[in-house]
Amino acid sequence: MTTITRLTDRLMLDKSKLTSLVSWMAQASKALLLPVIGITVFLVIWSIAANSINTSLGKFPGPVAVAEQFGALYQEHNAERVKAEAFYERQDKRNAARLEVDPSYVVKVRAYTGKETFVDQIFTSLVTVMSGFILAAAIAIPMGIWMGLSPTLNAALNPIVQIFKPVSPLAWLPLVTMVVSALYVSPDPMVSKSFINSLLTVTLCSLWPMMINTSLGVANIDSDLVNVSRVLRLSPLTHIQKIVLPASIPLIFTGMRLSLGVAWMVLIAAEMLAQNPGLGKFVWDEFQNGSSESLARIMAAVVVIGLIGFLLDRGVLALQRWFSWDKSKS
Amino acid sequence: MSTFLDISNIDMDFPTPKGPFKALKEVNLKINKGEFVSLIGHSGCGKSTVLNIVAGLYQATKGGVILNSTEVAEPGPERAVVFQNHSLLPWLTSYQNVELAVKQVFKNKKSKAEMKDWIEYNLKLVHMDHAMHKLPSEISGGMKQRVGIARALAMEPEVLLMDEPFGALDALTRAHMQDSLMEIQNELNNTVIMITHDVDEAVLLSDKIVMMTNGPAATVGEILDVNLPRPRERLALAEDKDYNHLRAEVLKFLYEKQRKVENINISNSSISNDETANVG
Ligand SMILES: Nc1ncnc2c1ncn2[C@@H]1O[C@H](COP(=O)(O)OP(=O)(O)O)[C@@H](O)[C@H]1O
Ligand SMILES: [Mg+2]
Repeated sequence: MTTITRLTDRLMLDKSKLTSLVSWMAQASKALLLPVIGITVFLVIWSIAANSINTSLGKFPGPVAVAEQFGALYQEHNAERVKAEAFYERQDKRNAARLEVDPSYVVKVRAYTGKETFVDQIFTSLVTVMSGFILAAAIAIPMGIWMGLSPTLNAALNPIVQIFKPVSPLAWLPLVTMVVSALYVSPDPMVSKSFINSLLTVTLCSLWPMMINTSLGVANIDSDLVNVSRVLRLSPLTHIQKIVLPASIPLIFTGMRLSLGVAWMVLIAAEMLAQNPGLGKFVWDEFQNGSSESLARIMAAVVVIGLIGFLLDRGVLALQRWFSWDKSKS
Repeated sequence: MSTFLDISNIDMDFPTPKGPFKALKEVNLKINKGEFVSLIGHSGCGKSTVLNIVAGLYQATKGGVILNSTEVAEPGPERAVVFQNHSLLPWLTSYQNVELAVKQVFKNKKSKAEMKDWIEYNLKLVHMDHAMHKLPSEISGGMKQRVGIARALAMEPEVLLMDEPFGALDALTRAHMQDSLMEIQNELNNTVIMITHDVDEAVLLSDKIVMMTNGPAATVGEILDVNLPRPRERLALAEDKDYNHLRAEVLKFLYEKQRKVENINISNSSISNDETANVG
């Protein structure tokens, strides 16, 4: 993305069309060719290495085996969809029939409880990570702003932040699980307990980078700008809105990118450990399954996890571009 | 004429790790309404500290400032500041920067249309109406300083405080800015305190030049009245006897009476390490 903007910058700046064309080709080959070469070399090394690793579940999967499993996983998903539709169709028919016989019959709709497919798990993980991350942002950014504005509060909270920041999600998980089971008691829960567990674990781990970076950004605003605000006697709210937020946007977003990266890693681990639905559970299930395709399926999950992590980061970056007043930076 | 701004008996101690540092001692200054006063002195003597105390950004350790019979306790738009580094909000255009100030000061006093006219009037005053909707990053240093002045003027301050407003500009731009400022001053007749380290600028613009002694414990050394007739012409003044006499007075103060001895201890830094260890 940066290379593309750099490219267009180049195109606009260069006076001569010829030099711009030449430089564009040079840039394009750098932007496209080199990554393609890199990936190709990686795939070759991977297949050679995979061929020579023997595990109890057979040979380590190479790129071809993984690609096959992608296809298989997608087909399984489609098959499951067909089954679900058939189930609902049957249920509708049955209910209609009963209604005909007895008009006072209260229709019961049961949800289809088939196996969650790979695609379902991806979706679950994405929803969980975004919910946990948004909750963390909603807490961390206002707190960070407050800490940045008040050296007193910052001094008071800094030790707590520093101690909780390096805590692994694996340590939080049992605590979160116990607290959620104790407090989240409802006969007809809107969302499942496991979802809440994963979400809160993600939140607890992704709070800190956002909080630290936001407070850092706010505390380091140019003192001249703060003086302008004081001379104008801006109200605290206007001060935050007109000066603090625009000035600290770059660091707030740095914190958000760090946090989202942490959130995604934490979620996969939490899902594995707690058997909560999601990509982590998929990996664990396949591991327990131990079929000849398991390793290839896990490898497919690894690729998807990496890809999603990358796309999440790019998403925040795009959001930053959209929000930032200084389009030339970032 | 009665005193409009009274700076009386100000001491300023800054807390430092090595104990309090006395920057100012018994600073006294009386300024009349509509007077243009320059503060001149060697760098580091305490000019900005005086200005910041008048602005309310610093609290004096002793003494106080009375403006128009009210004691200064905190910063406020009636004491508008033009900072050396323009300090425009980089995410707002020239217009929006002035607008922020105008909205704040004339919240319930001007209608939307009146505010718009007032913002445009002030930008026109500093000759910035052509670049109203540009961001600070898109205009030159001199232009930014003009917008900073427009923002301060738009607050209709009782005193305009300027901390080396043209210090970061090249000589030609600076001359332009000085002419603009004189033109504005002819029209508005503001009360102004301006810090400068430029002797010509001080004589050209001021009614009064306040010369400060070197710190620590800096104070007002001499006050020079500048009674040159207005409007002043920089070229005509270059040959003027009175002008050159005043200029010489300031120079004498700065380079004879308050000669700054720069003690750069070259010997200190060239002492070998084990020797300094003994000293420390
Ligand atoms: N916030 C501060 N803390 C400690 N010392 C300061 C502070 N501000 C200024 N000083 C000291 O006070 C003296 C006067 O500073 P200043 O008013 O900025 O000088 P000037 O504007 O004349 O160059 C200097 O020696 C400076 O180091
Ligand atoms: Mg200064």
